Amino acid sequence: MSVIVFVEHDGGIIKKKNFEAVQYAAVIAQKTGATVTAVILGNIADAEIEKLGEYGAQKVLHVEDKRLDELHPRAYTSAILTAIEKENAKIIVALNDINGRAVAPRIAIKLKAGLLAGALTYPDLDKGFVIKKAVYAGKAFAYVNITSDAKVIMLMPNTFPLVKSEGKATIEKLAVNFGAKDFGIKVKEVSKVTGEVSLSDAALVVSGGRGMKGPENWYLIEDLAMELGAATACSRPVSDADWRPHHEHVGQTGGTIRPDLYIAVGISGAIQHLAGVNGSKTIVVINRDPEAPFFKAANYGVVGDAMEVLPRLTEAVKKFKLHK
Amino acid sequence: MKILVCISQVPDTSTKVVLKDNNTAIESNGVTYIINPYDEWYGLIRAIELKETGVASQIDLVTVGKANTEPVIRKALALGGDKAIRIDVESNDPYLTAVYIADYAKSENYDLILCGKESIDYNNGTVGSMLAELLDMDYIGFATGIQIEGTNAIVNREVEGGEETDTCNFPLVISCQKGVAEARIPNMRGIMAARTRPLNVVTPSAVEPVTSILSYELPPAKAGVKLVDPADMDQLVKLLHSEAKVI
Repeated sequence: MSVIVFVEHDGGIIKKKNFEAVQYAAVIAQKTGATVTAVILGNIADAEIEKLGEYGAQKVLHVEDKRLDELHPRAYTSAILTAIEKENAKIIVALNDINGRAVAPRIAIKLKAGLLAGALTYPDLDKGFVIKKAVYAGKAFAYVNITSDAKVIMLMPNTFPLVKSEGKATIEKLAVNFGAKDFGIKVKEVSKVTGEVSLSDAALVVSGGRGMKGPENWYLIEDLAMELGAATACSRPVSDADWRPHHEHVGQTGGTIRPDLYIAVGISGAIQHLAGVNGSKTIVVINRDPEAPFFKAANYGVVGDAMEVLPRLTEAVKKFKLHK
Repeated sequence: MKILVCISQVPDTSTKVVLKDNNTAIESNGVTYIINPYDEWYGLIRAIELKETGVASQIDLVTVGKANTEPVIRKALALGGDKAIRIDVESNDPYLTAVYIADYAKSENYDLILCGKESIDYNNGTVGSMLAELLDMDYIGFATGIQIEGTNAIVNREVEGGEETDTCNFPLVISCQKGVAEARIPNMRGIMAARTRPLNVVTPSAVEPVTSILSYELPPAKAGVKLVDPADMDQLVKLLHSEAKVI
């Protein structure tokens, strides 16, 4: 028996969060006495695929079909189901991200499997198959028992630190009989911002609110983010006012993120905003108002004007990097 | 074109979560319920716009919930929609929710099913994709724009680090987020009209549960903020490096 983990890649490069998914699947396999088989789709070199072995994959099934370089949820589902049947898998691991959400739920339906979206722990097998997840965007947590025979788990990125091993994975090419409707979606245009760190899997995030006073001051946020190698985010009023693109909006009605470090600048800390970011390991709040509610949720606080504090902090980070 | 909009009742975003019954349930007393913002602001409003411009001929709204969800579905009808369907069962499992809706929808031949990108209570974001599988439809998630040309949908959607434009024939399920439409407020005429629009109560199909929630937990309280002198950012960097160990 095997645990199947669906591994995405970005133009032939496997990102950190996908290694996290493989490692997560490996721990579950160990707990349940199974092996780990990763499934990877589209155009990617064997040298890159081999890296999955370092995080616990014993076998990788590679579906070499360049149509799969684009997201086709039905085709992805067909491919992963082929792997599931071949490996007789009952536990499927994917990520709780855009592609994971397009594919894992379809697999859950096919397998009549209970699905857990946003896993924060390994399954507790003493109590059944119990996994913790955030609800109400992190205002609370639920312990969910998957009671069906087959199980689909979507892991929250940036939850478990990676540990590299000496493991090696064997790569097998997998042939898939795609269905007539599998490529019904036509991709017309892709516009990707390159060079920026993507928010959903960023370890460090610098975020601005209304206290930044206007989009013309955002270079201060961007300068700090660039020095840190961080992604940028914003609060809802900022995205509503179109100071920033809406995919940067974090909070209960925007994205939920769980970086190692969240630096909130000029954000008061409304309950809706906190809900989206309170899974962050460390929170720094910079605000001129010492009464801002965000300070109560912060690990470190700086009471001061963002326009003065931000350049100082950027300089301090620069200095730190030079002497490291 | 016939559209189905999925509507979920959720606690207002300002709700503070209180646990009860030995942490096995979330207190609902004193909680104000609203239409899930992603369902309302984006899915429902876009459907209404498509009807106003003559593209859609019929909009149905569906919700899964007991009688206590009726005020919220009436509020959705006040914004727009020809009729509402309430599937009379409580569900906090996306699999069951999707099966209930699909069992109702399969004989209705919807061209387009719109839902929010996720509900703000259980944050699964998986019902749309499950519906697509159950109804043998295509699915496009995280949409930021929807245009219709004939039997073809042109959908902008979020991808990691950017955006993509897809086209797809009906039938299709789309999960919606910001950008798809602009929020509206129901007017008096809509509120009056909503009273006379049909709200059909449907008995749920029989499905075996696949998950159960054993208990809930609140996040641990933060230990308290450590204030750093705004003139000394070297100190903050030092703390982030040697104490928090995040840089």
